[in-house]
Amino acid sequence: MINKTIDSIHAAVADIHDGATIMISGFGEAGSPIELIHALIDQGAKDLTVVSNNTGSGHVGLAALIENRRVRKMICSFPRTANSTVFPELYRAGEIELELVPQGTLAERIRAGGAGIPAFYTPTSVNTPLAENKEARIFNGQEHVLEYGIRADFSLVKCKNADRYGNLVYNKTARNFGPVMCMAAETTIVQCKATVDPGGMDPEHVITPGIFVQRVVTVSEPEDESALVKEGRVYPWVQKKHPFKVGRDLKWPNGLHRISPMGPMLIWALECRNW
Amino acid sequence: MPELVASFVPEGREFIYHTENGLLGMGPTPEPGQEDCELINAGKKPVTAIPGACYFHHADSFAMIRGRHLDVCVLGAMQVSKDGDLANWSTGAPGAIPAVGGAMDLVAGVKTIMVLTQHTTKHGDPKIVDKCTYPLTGKGIVNRIYTDLAVIDVTDKGLFVRELAPGIDLATVKAKTGAEIHAHPDLMKNL
Repeated sequence: MINKTIDSIHAAVADIHDGATIMISGFGEAGSPIELIHALIDQGAKDLTVVSNNTGSGHVGLAALIENRRVRKMICSFPRTANSTVFPELYRAGEIELELVPQGTLAERIRAGGAGIPAFYTPTSVNTPLAENKEARIFNGQEHVLEYGIRADFSLVKCKNADRYGNLVYNKTARNFGPVMCMAAETTIVQCKATVDPGGMDPEHVITPGIFVQRVVTVSEPEDESALVKEGRVYPWVQKKHPFKVGRDLKWPNGLHRISPMGPMLIWALECRNW
Repeated sequence: MPELVASFVPEGREFIYHTENGLLGMGPTPEPGQEDCELINAGKKPVTAIPGACYFHHADSFAMIRGRHLDVCVLGAMQVSKDGDLANWSTGAPGAIPAVGGAMDLVAGVKTIMVLTQHTTKHGDPKIVDKCTYPLTGKGIVNRIYTDLAVIDVTDKGLFVRELAPGIDLATVKAKTGAEIHAHPDLMKNL
């Protein structure tokens, strides 16, 4: 029986290797697979090239992946947003590479990569600095530049519903880059809010055909990124929700830290020893 | 600022708003408490969808843009030149984080490009200039400029003031514009 569902989010990202190129869906927080990104941070892969429209906000999700120094290069269209400080600081310090791509060109390069089109000509960016050193050609009297398709080793994508074949539907404007990114990776890993039985989706309504998807993990209550940013949360979690989650899931009795400073100090000491 | 345009549609006229992140049929801002973080506009602010709206992925969204399916685009500017060049994505300054988004696709593919901007910068420098000093978004693509002082057509023969804001005279507009600017025949008729 074909079954692409996986029980553990950590198992879903376990084989992502150092140096991998990873596409991450989302336009701002809408459609960003925050739990998959956090699992990737836990997993530890580094020297990554990440293709995503933005660079995350606050200190969670994609911003946390960058802040934890796992990303060597970003390929994106809009690396600064309100609440985005991690990428700008590293970029100014010369510690992360940026390939800036117009948004529509980015989407089409990903689509082309997934559709077996190695390159294409587009009128976008002609006469601008982003067209410098690119092959140009005149069609119908108008200049166009050559842009290359992008493929990735992995895509991390968020959707609403999935079935065991990997057929997907999305939610509103959270769809954005999901469908094209599913097409463009060797391995597409999807987090859905819920799985449905085969036949549970009208075939006329399936947005991403299952052939483009390799793994499906259910995250029924995904985090709300803007709420986390507002609360100043930092991933890996340092306080509040998982107050004493340390290394190998050491649990500290809830609330003990409030009556004794020894708790946090002990945890800190253990962390320092990498216990 | 361009996002405010939707609030000024004359009664009896219907427009369909496209937002590049994947919605055709964008509606007004939701009531407080009704926001949905997965229903946002290109500025990442919460919006609504009108009855008859549709969602689509990014490659489709930019096929609409680049494929000349949209009639009008309204966007902001750092500088606009008398030849209709637009700069609105980077100051080019060292340490500035360049961020282009969909602006270059919009100016390459939408039939009519309207710029909506303050007439001058915060420091009082002209934003309408002879030649843009910032990196370009597109060359010769702006059709009309709406500022707090005037409505200006960009033509092969140069810039023409079509309308003046209440209480503003042509001399003021000329003084605050960094390029040669003329009165449109329609403006002369109305003066």
